[in-house]
Amino acid sequence: MKIKNEMRLEIVSKSQNEAFARVVVAAFAAQLDPTLEEIADIKTAVSEAVTNAIIHAYDQSIGIVEIVGKLFDGGIIVEIMDRGKGIENIEEAMQPLYTSKPELERSGMGFTVMETFMDEVEVTSSLGKGTRVRMVKYIKHGNEMGKT
Amino acid sequence: MLDISSVRKGKTVVVCMAGELDHHTSESARESLDNLIEDNSIKNMVVDLSELKFMDSSGIGVFIGRYKILSERAGKMVVFGLNNHISKIWEISGLYKIIAIYESLDASLHGVQEVE
Ligand SMILES: Nc1ncnc2c1ncn2[C@@H]1O[C@H](COP(=O)(O)OP(=O)(O)OP(=O)(O)O)[C@@H](O)[C@H]1O
Ligand SMILES: [Mg+2]
Repeated sequence: MKIKNEMRLEIVSKSQNEAFARVVVAAFAAQLDPTLEEIADIKTAVSEAVTNAIIHAYDQSIGIVEIVGKLFDGGIIVEIMDRGKGIENIEEAMQPLYTSKPELERSGMGFTVMETFMDEVEVTSSLGKGTRVRMVKYIKHGNEMGKT
Repeated sequence: MLDISSVRKGKTVVVCMAGELDHHTSESARESLDNLIEDNSIKNMVVDLSELKFMDSSGIGVFIGRYKILSERAGKMVVFGLNNHISKIWEISGLYKIIAIYESLDASLHGVQEVE
């Protein structure tokens, strides 16, 4: 897939930035002329990954969350990266209902939401170094990039 | 941004949530909802979600938490007015199994048996 356009955004890990991050990615994806449902799917998945970086990767400390968006004909790739604590067992973390913070009333559904709303979700992580979530969403009825 | 308003109908509190429910707004949502049901004579909560534009998994935790408090009092929690996106969250998370979705306010009040 040939990348036609790209954006990068860095935010500090404050919860105030969650809404900002998802709106930025949604506005960038709008170039593909997605449906309202596709926009909502992307917003939700971005919100999940950014929130995880804020709550789990950096916990109480402040760090940088990097968000990269790449458009290709027929879809968008979104990458959310942190340099936080990392995930020890990715398979376990991605199980529905698994949460390491039940005391905070987390439901353990974040990764399940990302997997349902996006077409591909790939997680790479290294303990003490950080985590990268790479997601792909195909925009079926979108316009062809570059025509507009 | 999230706004919460409410009216009491007998043993039921009807809550309207307007705006976006994410990790950032979930803290104050939790606090406001807990204040509304602090009074033990409130058994049920009906939540109007017709003005809720966005919700992610942080919201799932908020709803499950309040559901638990009310079910300990043998009360019920029901919702109405969900947009497509929020319906999807309800479906994939299994929330629909514990917090039923109704068509309207009237149907919700019937659902929790709070009808004039
Ligand atoms: N960026 C990250 N860095 C470190 N750990 C993470 C990261 N993202 C997820 N995790 C781990 O994976 C678990 C599952 O994440 P998931 O988003 O599915 O659930 P949750 O965040 O615990 O709850 P919810 O998203 O439903 O509020 C987390 O509890 C946490 O232990
Ligand atoms: Mg999460």
